[in-house]
Amino acid sequence: MIYNNPFSTLSELVPPIVMQGFLITMIVFVAIGTLVDIIHKKNVKYFFENAKKAKKSATRELGIGEKTSVIVKTVVYDIGTTSELGAGKRRAAHLLGMYGTILFWIASTVMIFCYSSQSSNTPSLWTVIWHVGAIMTVLGGSWFWFFLRVDVYSEAHPWYRVIKADLFVLALIATSLFGLIWSYLQFLNLNDRWDDKVFLVLYVVSNLVLFGGVYWSKFAHMFYKPGAAIQKNLAEADGSRDNLPPEADAPKKFGLGIKREAPKHY
Amino acid sequence: MSTFVYMTRCDGCGHCVDICPSDIMHIDETIRRAVNIEPNFCWECYACVKACPNHAIDVRGYADFAPMGHSVRVRREEEKGTISWKIKFRNGKEKNFVSPITTKPWGKFIPKLTEEDKPKQGAIKTQILYNEPEGLNTKKELPSIAKDSFKKGVYY
Repeated sequence: MIYNNPFSTLSELVPPIVMQGFLITMIVFVAIGTLVDIIHKKNVKYFFENAKKAKKSATRELGIGEKTSVIVKTVVYDIGTTSELGAGKRRAAHLLGMYGTILFWIASTVMIFCYSSQSSNTPSLWTVIWHVGAIMTVLGGSWFWFFLRVDVYSEAHPWYRVIKADLFVLALIATSLFGLIWSYLQFLNLNDRWDDKVFLVLYVVSNLVLFGGVYWSKFAHMFYKPGAAIQKNLAEADGSRDNLPPEADAPKKFGLGIKREAPKHY
Repeated sequence: MSTFVYMTRCDGCGHCVDICPSDIMHIDETIRRAVNIEPNFCWECYACVKACPNHAIDVRGYADFAPMGHSVRVRREEEKGTISWKIKFRNGKEKNFVSPITTKPWGKFIPKLTEEDKPKQGAIKTQILYNEPEGLNTKKELPSIAKDSFKKGVYY
């Protein structure tokens, strides 16, 4: 199953150009959704105004080299390892989901654009990346949704309560899960039975919800959060620190404090 | 000065929800970040501001005595045992303060309530509070008020 390219098999039914068109439509959906979100919430306008205000209280001017170094460090450490979530389960689940999704999307794009015809011979690397990415996304997303949601963990809401904030994570899990099941049913070769087509439809629908629902979901956080992390670290480096006081000049000898326990004392 | 949350900094960890004595810090249902749902009921205790590991919570001053343009921000560093304040006045003047928040290692003299037995449901009906009477350094039964002694019109 892990060596099966589901898009290649699908090309018996759907021409590759349609699959490629679908993928481009999804990218356009994301761009439009994010743009409408930016215009409606005015968050980017606020963000830049705030950054401009912070720059006024900077105590030192950062050179291009220094700025680049801060940005690279932020991308590699803060964004690449989602350091803001601290050490623990939330970070592990987020990393699983994040890298799973990235792998899944990259492999999908490569397989759809390069290896989606019936005659194409897909390198096993891409099919493995696609399946592993999907499995990681399902594991990370489910771990988060079933066990680590803050509204369940800190507020004692029941686990089955679905809110608008779940749209993104549930659509992400559904896309990967239905994709995996669809690929597995193709691999079973059930002689053109209905099973894999049902999961193909579910896979398409969950993709439409995920990428078409950007305006209503938390999808755009994957663009906003890195921007905010870069701004935060630049503000630390230039001394403005978003008006926060500087770090105290004292040794770390008192232990973890509030980070000792997860917040669940409702 | 009631609190508010910078959404770009909040990661939805729930520490403020956990610590708020007024129970007004909650999780937003659309973006799953913390939000002060009722600023009018804020005790202004700063517990959430200090607890936030991402410094995502700030205070909004009342316009009559804290005019726009000022800023009061806090950085709590528990591992260092310090709490730092930065007061920025409207005219640009700044004042920085650093104070110790503890002189003893964390957890050493804090009761570990999570390790204690959970109270029984019936305990809620008694007039005895948690850890009483032992917590008051006595083993004697504490005096209580008989319900029939309440004046007419008071129901419990």
